[in-house]
Amino acid sequence: MTALDNLFTKVRAENRAALIAYIPAGFPSQAGCHRVIAAFIAGGVDAIEIGFPYSDPVMDGPTIQAASVTSLENGTGAAEVFQALATASAQVPAVVMTYWNPIEKYGINEFSSAIAANGGSGVITPDLTIEESQGWISATDKSAINPIYVVAPSTSDARLSQVTAKCSGFVYVASVMGVTGARTSVSAGAADLVARVRRTTSLPVAVGLGVSTREQAKGVAAYADGVIVGSAFIKALQDAPDEDSGLAAVTELARELSKGVREGR
Amino acid sequence: MSTEPQIDVSQILGHFGPYGGRFVPEALIGALEELEEAHRSSQLDPKFGAELAELHRTYSGRPSIITEAKRFAEHAGGARIILKREDLNHTGSHKINNVLGQALLTKRMGKKRIIAETGAGQHGVASATAAALMGLECVVYMGEEDTKRQALNVARMKLLGADVIPVTSGSRTLKDAINEAMRDWVTNVETTHYLLGTVAGPHPFPTMVRDFHKIIGEETREQVLALTGRLPDVVMACVGGGSNAIGIFHRFISDPSVRLIGLEAGGDGVETGRHAATITGGTPGVLHGTRSYVLQDANGQTVESHSISAGLDYPGVGPEHAYLHDIGRAEYRAITDEQAMHAFALLCKTEGIIPAIETAHALAGALQVGNELGKDAIIVINLSGRGDKDVNTAADYFGIPLG
Repeated sequence: MTALDNLFTKVRAENRAALIAYIPAGFPSQAGCHRVIAAFIAGGVDAIEIGFPYSDPVMDGPTIQAASVTSLENGTGAAEVFQALATASAQVPAVVMTYWNPIEKYGINEFSSAIAANGGSGVITPDLTIEESQGWISATDKSAINPIYVVAPSTSDARLSQVTAKCSGFVYVASVMGVTGARTSVSAGAADLVARVRRTTSLPVAVGLGVSTREQAKGVAAYADGVIVGSAFIKALQDAPDEDSGLAAVTELARELSKGVREGR
Repeated sequence: MSTEPQIDVSQILGHFGPYGGRFVPEALIGALEELEEAHRSSQLDPKFGAELAELHRTYSGRPSIITEAKRFAEHAGGARIILKREDLNHTGSHKINNVLGQALLTKRMGKKRIIAETGAGQHGVASATAAALMGLECVVYMGEEDTKRQALNVARMKLLGADVIPVTSGSRTLKDAINEAMRDWVTNVETTHYLLGTVAGPHPFPTMVRDFHKIIGEETREQVLALTGRLPDVVMACVGGGSNAIGIFHRFISDPSVRLIGLEAGGDGVETGRHAATITGGTPGVLHGTRSYVLQDANGQTVESHSISAGLDYPGVGPEHAYLHDIGRAEYRAITDEQAMHAFALLCKTEGIIPAIETAHALAGALQVGNELGKDAIIVINLSGRGDKDVNTAADYFGIPLG
């Protein structure tokens, strides 16, 4: 059992959803990322996703693209990702989210071992298909971490069964067809997709893409086990006049969202 | 660090040895499966084949001719040099072969909108052309940097009714135009076909785009046999993503006596790091949905490529080329900007043909190989595009004042 598995057992017992917060390593700076992690914890987030910035983030909207550019300019590589992961996982369950090529370049088994060695519970791989996953599944098995896959509204029922069978920790549901970024409403299709996922697995299901407010978190928490928020936190940091007020805004947003995930049911 | 990725090739087609495959978000899997099926069924459908053949004959001008370049050959060790004239196709390059095929598939799938990426603008122009012909909505993503370098092609695409969207993310070139097209596709996949312009990207693109271009090599083989009475010793083509090269190579892969040579963009020289020679100077990795050679750093971040030729300025390459390289069936060499521009000028002055700067890399390769093999050799070059679009760049390079 990973720390992430235990978290979902706990929140299910509390009859609420978990709040999962995303920040790229090295953003807004190397030291700043570690302060954002502290701000997340102060605001009551249940788990943290550390992003591995990538040069070609085809699934990300403008907010995370801009953060990735900043992070890469700050010199972020695998070492910095693992340092941020260690900081986060010392306090709450933590995972890494990364496009596939940085894992392949680092070495599949080496990457998986390093996640475990830094206290990480798993890795979210949004562009790794199950057909290309054999080596990765055996690596994550060996390291006893969760391989977490992302499913989309266009994923057929037959394929959902195949994907969720490879998953552990939780299933990441992309709420809409599209890229990451805050949206004014969370697609009604998300609830349908969560219901379709639940017919294939007893794993926890977390919803991402587009959640930015307490009301939206409350709405998603009504039917999902986890609510994932990324772009809204990054935007709070980008819009702030200085880092201190950005960190205060992150903690305040996390507090609001963590109320939201407790109000859904 | 491991350089030996563990690969499961048993569950999915579209692998070339360890290369190829599908590395995409789940959101696109349905569309890729639909496309794979449309391509598979169309290949077995005589009506589809007849419709495409009719378009080749009456619209793009196939078969393209071959031209023996006798005066150019004097600079290539006296070898016989034969040019396959894809530059004479409608829209001025080989790109039309692929876009007509994919546009027909778009209609077959009941989709009404195509999106495309473009570097030099040749694929964008060809896509806009096919969209106009078949009544499809067309959006072309083009790096902002390239819209400036290739303003004439931007105007062409607009005249043909396409929307051209300048891409301002990343390096603002072809790589980022592909990223932006993929973001559009993830969002609009139900109504939209992504008309990818080269033999890269997730399966089925590398196979499908090759199938639409392999007619180049099929025609060439017959034409060269008729002209010379034997198979050529060497078939050469420039390689960016690699579509024109796969197109002319494919029919010759099973002819072991024919050497296949791809010429990559060496920019300022591979040793300077400022180049786009992905096989010569890159390492295996995943980019834009496929595993192949990639220009990347120690963290797997894509490194920006450099070339005088916008159409070769890409840090990836088609997975089938990676495979042909590794098994030794094809050779890949890098040609610098300077070598390419020398060959460009030479073809203009010896044959009265202004080639695309992309194509000039293959011509420069032929000068080398001709001198290595001497006068008994027969060398075929895929003259993949014409150079009208490059007149500004060439005038600038050679110091010819404009206006």
